[in-house]
Formats: sequence, structure tokens, C-alpha cells
Amino acid sequence: MSNNQVIKKDDLVVRFAGDSGDGMQLSGTLFSDASALTGNDIATFPDYPAEIRAPHNTIAGVSGFQVHVGTHIYSSGDKCDILVAMNPASFKSNLKWAKKGATIIVDIDTFTDEAIEKAGYTSNPFTDELMLAYTIVQAPISSFTKKIGQEKGVDNKTADKCRNMFALGIIFYLTHKTLDHTFAYLERKFAKKPALIDLNKAVLTEGYEYADKLELIHSKIVEVAHADMPKGRYRNITGNVATAWGLLAAAERAGLNLFLGSYPITPATDVMIELAKHKALGARVFQAEDEIAGICSAIGASYAGALACTSTSGPGLSLKSEALGLAVMTELPLVVVDVQRGGPSTGLPTKTEQSDLNQALFGRNGEAPCIVVAASSSANCFYWAYNAAKLALEHMTPVILLTDGYLGNGTQLFRIPKVADLPAINPPIAKANDPDYMPYRRNPETFVRQWAIPGTEGLRHRVGGLEKEDGKGSVSTDPENHKKMVFNRQEKVNRVANCIPEQEVMGNVDADLLVIGWGGTAGALTLAVEEMNNEGKKVAYTHFNYISPLPKNTEDILKKYKKIVVCELNNGQFVNYLRMNYPQYPMQQYNKVMGLPFEVSELKEMFNKILGE
Amino acid sequence: MDHMERHFVLESDVELTKADFTSDQMVKWCPGCGDHAILSSLLNVFPKTHHRKENICMVSGIGCSSRIPYYVDTYGFHSIHGRACAIASGVKIANPSLSVWINMGDGDSMAIGGNHLIHIVRRNLDVNITIFNNEIYGLTKGQYSPTTKFGQITKTSPYGTIDYPFNPAELIMGAQGTFYARALDVNPKLTTDIMLQAAEHYGTSVVEVLQNCVIFNDKAHAAITDREVRDEKTILLEHGKPMIFGKNRDKGIRFNGTKLEVVKLGENGITEKDLLVHDETTEDTGIHMMLARMKGDMPVAVGVIRSVKKKVYTQMFEEQMAEVKASSKYKCVDDLLNSGDTWEV
Repeated sequence: MSNNQVIKKDDLVVRFAGDSGDGMQLSGTLFSDASALTGNDIATFPDYPAEIRAPHNTIAGVSGFQVHVGTHIYSSGDKCDILVAMNPASFKSNLKWAKKGATIIVDIDTFTDEAIEKAGYTSNPFTDELMLAYTIVQAPISSFTKKIGQEKGVDNKTADKCRNMFALGIIFYLTHKTLDHTFAYLERKFAKKPALIDLNKAVLTEGYEYADKLELIHSKIVEVAHADMPKGRYRNITGNVATAWGLLAAAERAGLNLFLGSYPITPATDVMIELAKHKALGARVFQAEDEIAGICSAIGASYAGALACTSTSGPGLSLKSEALGLAVMTELPLVVVDVQRGGPSTGLPTKTEQSDLNQALFGRNGEAPCIVVAASSSANCFYWAYNAAKLALEHMTPVILLTDGYLGNGTQLFRIPKVADLPAINPPIAKANDPDYMPYRRNPETFVRQWAIPGTEGLRHRVGGLEKEDGKGSVSTDPENHKKMVFNRQEKVNRVANCIPEQEVMGNVDADLLVIGWGGTAGALTLAVEEMNNEGKKVAYTHFNYISPLPKNTEDILKKYKKIVVCELNNGQFVNYLRMNYPQYPMQQYNKVMGLPFEVSELKEMFNKILGE
Repeated sequence: MDHMERHFVLESDVELTKADFTSDQMVKWCPGCGDHAILSSLLNVFPKTHHRKENICMVSGIGCSSRIPYYVDTYGFHSIHGRACAIASGVKIANPSLSVWINMGDGDSMAIGGNHLIHIVRRNLDVNITIFNNEIYGLTKGQYSPTTKFGQITKTSPYGTIDYPFNPAELIMGAQGTFYARALDVNPKLTTDIMLQAAEHYGTSVVEVLQNCVIFNDKAHAAITDREVRDEKTILLEHGKPMIFGKNRDKGIRFNGTKLEVVKLGENGITEKDLLVHDETTEDTGIHMMLARMKGDMPVAVGVIRSVKKKVYTQMFEEQMAEVKASSKYKCVDDLLNSGDTWEV
């Protein structure tokens, strides 16, 4: 790698974009894996179309994958320092994600008149203005790859599939990394097809060497410093896989069977796909005929004594509403994972949003309180899934876990815990032949009823959706009893607040401005607040994971700050929930409903504006 | 033990009786309702299955018949409208040692819950389904259901229905059902016999009971179930026996070309040998479907119309789990967490 000057940086964003079949998700993954293995912190986010294979070379067919590497990474980053665009359509639609001055690598061979026109250009895309604003590398990726293919004696179609390796080779050169990890991957992946190992390695190397000969970019080589992370064993993980593993860990720790009843829905399906692999660990996965059967089978499994879960996204949660009410009424443990996406209706299935909060809190008939919690990073989906299961089992109630498409599909480094170190889970299972057993007798402290599992001697009982007599559990329409039972079910959820930690304030706690976020926006908010404070502005920040019930000290926090702004990816569902609970504290709101995560820059701009008011 | 046999046999060590399975709850159905007889048949069957009381789980949806779990002293789940099959699927998969009984009405099972019904049947879970078919919505007081006769006047069809009704048997067989039987609430002995066969069937059994709603659809089945006409209007199908019916047992069923027809024994030289012999085990649903469709000039078939062996979902589920468990490198969740690319910092 010659004697070129290498720029040292704390973080770098690389975005891979191309046609749906161009292998951009793979290039991105290989780059992030290599970065993680060489000591960087990482976060990634795939940005893919709802169509599986939209027409070739169209904007609709563009698939992207962004990787943020650095010393201390909270999110997949705003705009990129390096962009790979494998065809005119991906260049056109991704240019807006490139920082001014970014290095952009295009496969110039794909910029035919026809493809340029198909992407919606009416003239040469590489205007003088663009060429000045960015470092644009017009690499003949397709022809290089084809040539190597011919040398190796493979057909053009096979060779063409390796174009992403050429681009990846350039990226490794630009980021001052070696090819070792990707070589190792190729050897594993194509262990049975040595010819493909040889071909892919050759194309990857050629890309690297091409970059080495290209003086244009020799001043652009960046080395990202190693991350300073707590000691431990690490891996890369997506939010959806972390969610699935959290549920597995909870079932094992609680000594219960894990049951998942689900129906495929974007972007939640990967939770089911992951759990379906783990029959060896006791995961009983049932692909139901519809969303309703998904949750109902889970409720049946819960009655029968399993840690029961269902995974879904917005429209699916709507379909599950009635059954969720049944779980509230029967006071059975149940974890409902909602990987939120853009709504309403079918909405934006592959894009992220936080707009299911209202339906999680209120979307049921009758007075039907649930516990609602939200994960705030791809990696902590593991802990929130575990925690959701613990709360459901110990408090005998449905728990809705809100994640979102950004967390679910994004990846982060995950410090691997030991299952034995996770908090114990102690469900209130009733003992056989307990002469005092009554289905709706409650623990006076927690208001939690006992779980009598069918098959157990001497605890025969019936549950159901009709109102039950306090204690005994027979059907009752008595007005006073109904009032009491409505109170009991609410009080049981309220008292969960006694068992959860207090809400913490980060940033500058003595600031005038308090920033509030919840769920999947923590990455961008944390970084924005951190940068503000580093720049000498005073900003406090609190991020909610416990939504219902809210932590007990929530009001103590709200009353300390002159200005409060609640930031969320919807039209103000959490701020209105806070206003409903604490009407005496004025709160501003910052909302984004574009199917996209927050950008740090827009948040800072808004914080500065509020501070200046 | 052949592969069709149950994995779990959890028998009661004492002889139980009907009274043991009767709960302390007051039965709140209308006097004269057909549900009383069906409940009684079920309570007669349970002791004969030799299950412990704790081993039985009743699951129902919403409707008059769905009150049944309260009246049976076992575990029970009175759920929400249409979802009994889905809930029962979860109960059975999570806890396969339970004997799971699903009770539904015609609206519950074939309107709001139609999807779950065909899918549980398609999967062949080892559960027992009873459909109480009174051809009306009773609990909501008299609206037409998916089995109400075409043209019938009800509260929501004041000028007669223009909905063609389902024949439940066709749904069950269309969904590759392995057991379908038809019983009559007015014949408790027959109902009990059929339910016992249903209980013994390994797989999803469906028993449709033609049941009378005295208040909102009285005499819905009278044209075939009234004592005076029953012998002429129904035929009891018994495996391995020729299809004979009639008060004097002088009529039979035979094939004529591609159609079934009623013939009179002794007329035109017709003897028992010319009649069809019932085979409930034929895998092809064709003949069972034809028999289950008989009505009008033909007698309505009752008894076990179809009972075939097919590998059971719940068993395959357990076998697959055991197989994967035996060969997997993951013995606990820690193994999984540390699998693949990991590194030490």
C-alpha cells in the first residue's frame, strides 16, 4: 500500500448502493464484519425496496446498505463519506446521502445511454459541478470483472455476479484494511466450489490493486481508530436476531418451553425465521394461518404453560387487538413483539417509524392495560426481549415489545452475555393440589394471580374472555365485581413500576433543555446531544424504554427543566401520552414521518433553535 | 408401537364416571336445547377415554355451545369468537400430553372462525372437534348462519337468505380431514358412540351434531330427525357394512353410473350384494364427499363417514424436535450466543 498519506478518523460512513441483484447487502456485510474483526465499533442499516426484484436499472430497484465504523458508534450514521453506486439509478437516488466532498465509486461500464435514461437523467449525470463537489471514481468494474472471468474460464454471467467484490476491494484500499477476513469468508462460503473462491479472490484483489494505481484517491485513504470497548467477547447482530435470542434465553432461564405463533410480515419475519432454526434449544415455532391465529395459538400455549410469544408489525398488531384483550382478561403471560414500520395500512413496509405506540397503549376494547416496553438499539433488543418475557411471566400479563425496522434490520456489535448472569425469572406457578388455589386470587403486593398449568393435579379451572368473579374466577356480571376487576387489572400493571429501575438523565443534567426520546431513536439522539454538549451547549437527555407503566420518577425529571422537547418518528404519540399523564409540564415536540431515522444534523439544528428561543 | 400411536398416554388410575366430569356450575342453556344432550354425550365419553380429569382441556369460542367448558370439570378455556381452533392449536403444541376438545357452533366455526377450522384440519393436529350445527346464530338471537338453509327467513334475512349454505363435511374433506362424522342431538346413544370413535381417532376428528335451537330455529332438522321420519330420512353408515336403511331396513344405496341412488331391496332382483359397503378408511375423499352430500330424495348420512390414518402434526413436531436436538451442536443458549464469528476484546 505504497507511501500514501493516511487520514486518521474516529468514524467513517460507507454506503453501498446498486441494483437489487448487485450484491450490495453482501458487500456491506463483509465490510462491516471485516471492520468489526479488526477492532472497530460498527452499526449497519440496510435500505432495500419492498419489491424483491424491481425492473433492472430503475430507481425502484435500488438496494442500499450503509455501514458506520468508528471508535464509538451509536447509529448507522447520517450521510456517507464513501458511496459505491453500481449503476446510474443507484447513483441518482443515493447522491443525496453523500457528504459534500465524499468519495464516490461508480461502475462506469453500466452508464450506458439506455441505463442513464432509465434512471431518469436527461443529460450526462457527471456534470462539471458534481465532479468538483465530489471525488468521483469512474471505475470500469464490469469490464475488469468480465476480463478476469474470461481468464478464469467462467461464463460472463458468473463473472458478473462478482462485480460487488471489485467494489469491495476498492473500499478496503480506501479504508486501509487488508483482504484477509474476506478471503477467509470466501473460503468458508465456497468450500465446495474452489473455482468460485479463486474467481472472487481474484476480483477482490484486482479492485484493491486498481485503487492502488489510482492517484485520484491516494489523498482519500482513511484509517478509523480502534474502538475502546469494554472487555468481553463480541459478535455482530441484527435487532431481529437479538430479539429472537433474548426470548430463547428467557425461556431457558425460566425453565419453560418457548412457543412462538406468528405469521410472516415485513419487517418482523426474521424473528420467526431465526427461532424456527432453534428446535434444538426447544423453540416451538408455529407458522399460523393468519395474524389472529398467531396470537391466539400463543395465548393457548401460554395457558398450557409455555413462554408464549407472537411477532408482528403494525397491521398485524391491529389484527391481534381482540385477542390481546383476551390475554389481558385471562391474565396470561404473553410477549407481543411489534417491529414497527411506516403506516397506516400497508404503508411503508420496509421503512422505519414509531407510529404503533398509540395502538400498543390503547388499541383494545374495554379497559385493557398492557405493559409496553421499547428496545433502543439493535443489540439491546436482546435484553428488552428478555426483559419483556420476564415481566410477562412474573406479572402474568401481556407485554408489548416495540422495536422497529431500523433496529430490527440494522446491526450492531453485541457483547455476549452468559445466560446464567441474566436476572432470574420466577413465574408464579401454582403448586399441585394447593387447597387454597383460586384462579383469580392475587398476590396482595403485586396483584399478580397464579399460573395453574393444565395437567397439574388438583388445579382444574376455566379461564375465558367473560368477566370473572374476583378470586374464584366464575363468570360474573355483578357491577361491583366488574368495577373491582377493572381496578385490579390496572393496578397490577401500575405496580410493575415498583419493580423497574428509575429513569436516568444523561448529557448535561443541569441544562435548561431536556431532550426526550423513546425506542429506536436513541442512537441519533445520543450523538446529537453529545455533540451539542461538546460544543459547549447545555442539553440534558432522557430516553424511555419503559413506556407503560412509566418509571416512577418521570415527573421528578420533567419538573426540573424549563424547556422540554420530545422527539419521535411519528406525529407526537409519546408526547401526547406524556401530556396526558403530566399535563402541568409544557412540552414541545419534534416529529419526522418519512420512513427514515433521525439525522444527527437535523436534531442539532432543532436543539439550537429551541435554545435560541 | 407403530408410528401412528400416541406419544403420551396419561391414564387415570381410578375408574371415573360421568359425575366425576360434571362441574359444579349451573347449566344455563334453554330448556329443550339440543346442547344438553351433546353435553351429556361428552360427559359419558370422557370416563371411557381413561384420561385423568387434569389431562383434558376444553377449548371453545363464543356462542351458546361455547359455554361447555364451564360445565365440564376439567381444564378449560372459553375464548373469543371464532378462535377456538387457533387457541387449541397452541395448547396442544405447547403441551402435547393434553387431550384437547374443541367445541364450536356453526357461526363460530365456519363464519368468523372458518379459516382456523380448515387449517387445523389440514394440519391434522391430534384434537377433537365438535360442531354444534343448529343453522342459526342463537346467542345473538336469530340471525342466519353459514349453514342456514337457502331462502330461510331470519332476523337478518326478512325476505329470505340469498346465501348458499356450507355443508360442513365438504369443508372438512376439502381440507383433507382425516375424520368426519355426523350425529344427531336427538339420538344421544349414537352421539356418544361417535364421540368415542372420534376420541380414539389419532388426528383431527370432527363431529358435526345436527342440533336443535328451540327458540330461534326450532325444528331446523325436524324433517330428518323426527322420530316418525328418522329411519326413512337418515342412514347410519357403519364401516364394513352394506348401506341399508328404512324402518323395515328394506332400502339401500348403490352406484348408478357416477351417481348414488336409493334402491329397494327385493325389487327388480336387487339384493344386499348390489349395495355399497361403507369403507370409512378410503383415502380418496370422493365417495365420502358424495355420501356426506346426500339429502332431499336421498337419506342424510349419519355415523362415521370418514376415518383415515395420516401422520399427525403434533407427532411430527415432536419427532422433528427430537431429531434436531440429537444432532445439533447447540445444547444451550450460551452455545448459540457464542456461535459463528465472535472475537475477544
